[in-house]
Amino acid sequence: MHELWRFFLLFLGASLVYNILLIRFIALCPFFGISNRMETSIGMSISVIFVMVMATSVSWLVWNYALEPLGVGEFLYIPSFILVIASLVQFVEMVIKKTSPPLYKAMGIYLPLITTNCAVLAAATESVKPGFFTKLNIAYSYGFLEAVVYTLGVAVGFSAVLIIFAAMRERIELAPVPKFFRGVPIAFMAAALFSLAFMGFAGMFRL
Amino acid sequence: MQLDLVWKAALALTGLGMLFGALLAVAFRFFRVEVDPRVEELLEALPGSNCGACGLPGCEAAAEALAAGEAPPDVCKAGGPDTTAAVARILGVEVEAGARRVAHIRCRGGEALSPSLAFYQGVDSCRGAELAAGGGKACPYGCLGLKDCADACPVSAISFGEEGVREVAIDKCTGCGICADVCPRGLIEMVPIDQKVLVRCNSRYTGKKAVSLCKVACTGCRRCEKVCPRDAVHVRDGVAYIDFEKCDDCGECAAACPTNSIQVWTPLPGHPGLGEFTVPPKEHRE
Repeated sequence: MHELWRFFLLFLGASLVYNILLIRFIALCPFFGISNRMETSIGMSISVIFVMVMATSVSWLVWNYALEPLGVGEFLYIPSFILVIASLVQFVEMVIKKTSPPLYKAMGIYLPLITTNCAVLAAATESVKPGFFTKLNIAYSYGFLEAVVYTLGVAVGFSAVLIIFAAMRERIELAPVPKFFRGVPIAFMAAALFSLAFMGFAGMFRL
Repeated sequence: MQLDLVWKAALALTGLGMLFGALLAVAFRFFRVEVDPRVEELLEALPGSNCGACGLPGCEAAAEALAAGEAPPDVCKAGGPDTTAAVARILGVEVEAGARRVAHIRCRGGEALSPSLAFYQGVDSCRGAELAAGGGKACPYGCLGLKDCADACPVSAISFGEEGVREVAIDKCTGCGICADVCPRGLIEMVPIDQKVLVRCNSRYTGKKAVSLCKVACTGCRRCEKVCPRDAVHVRDGVAYIDFEKCDDCGECAAACPTNSIQVWTPLPGHPGLGEFTVPPKEHRE
């Protein structure tokens, strides 16, 4: 029970308290680029959740069974994880294309985008170096299950914010916004207020 | 010690690279999907802007439909005759070159000619105004002038001049028909690019009622029908329509029209693609 509670806290912390978009400001490019339509946001979200969890699982294995034993993880983690993510996305794209054409149609175009999504690299890095981007300096490393739960939290946090924000932007589209604030400027302002609101989660519990 | 690290780093990255490379090679062997090679070629030939004017979700879907023979070779209106020719070459079929079509807005009632009954305040779009009791315009068939068509146009061919008089730059217009779809009043029709005589009214009201709402409304008087030597103009539902197949741009109907709602398009010197609508002099009729 205690273990489950810890996983729950880890999930909440990753998705809400240290939300990757609104608190850590990572992966803002897809956040603004793709959030103007609900449909694309949902497609992107599903792909991100899927790819992020897979990428972290493989990255964790690579770190713990290849990089760390050789003692080269400290400076090779970025190229190795990028290698992992890129090949994984390619692989997943191939498998989906073969096994499920409708799914490929739905999320196929987002998969190549995810290869260069910094959130995926950030989640992979943080799963082997907890607190790396939040500069928390935690002398602790996640077990495999913890890493997966943590990444799931990050991905769900990303998706939730992306989808909420897309809904908001669709409403903003119809609002009488002053001419010079239309489009991306008003989206930035909305995101800033949104980020402020999310800061309310800070201090609820520690990661 | 340092050298040791270099070897280990090289080993780690090379190993990982080879592992994933081998994995992808194996995956490609098992998960390869046979695609019609023409789809790739067609995708190259299409504009790739995913405008959706063909009614299919993006250029990839259009390429697949073309390869499967489910779409006609001239499905891509936005690409124009060049794209159609390229597509036809890839598919190995013959296409007769149809005349390029451009958008024509069937209303000339600006602020001065067609009065407003109310002041519309709300979402700045024709579709919004149409939902809110048809906006403020008195004529329920006329242009609302809130520029949905100009906003929707992917090539910015539609512009709005003074008093809400619209201009379509026919050299820019690709004939995709997106504007015709967004116009809530169905005012935009696609006409052959060489068609000069055009009806500039969509009012289904007839006689006095039509003129009371707009000074330049088509009243459905059928004078154009009577003077047309080629039986190309017909009044349907109180408004004139020109049969572009039969019309030879003689301009008789435009000269005869009492409210000047049929006019002749003439190119405007110095403004490529733009033109102005004129009425032939009355002696033209004799």
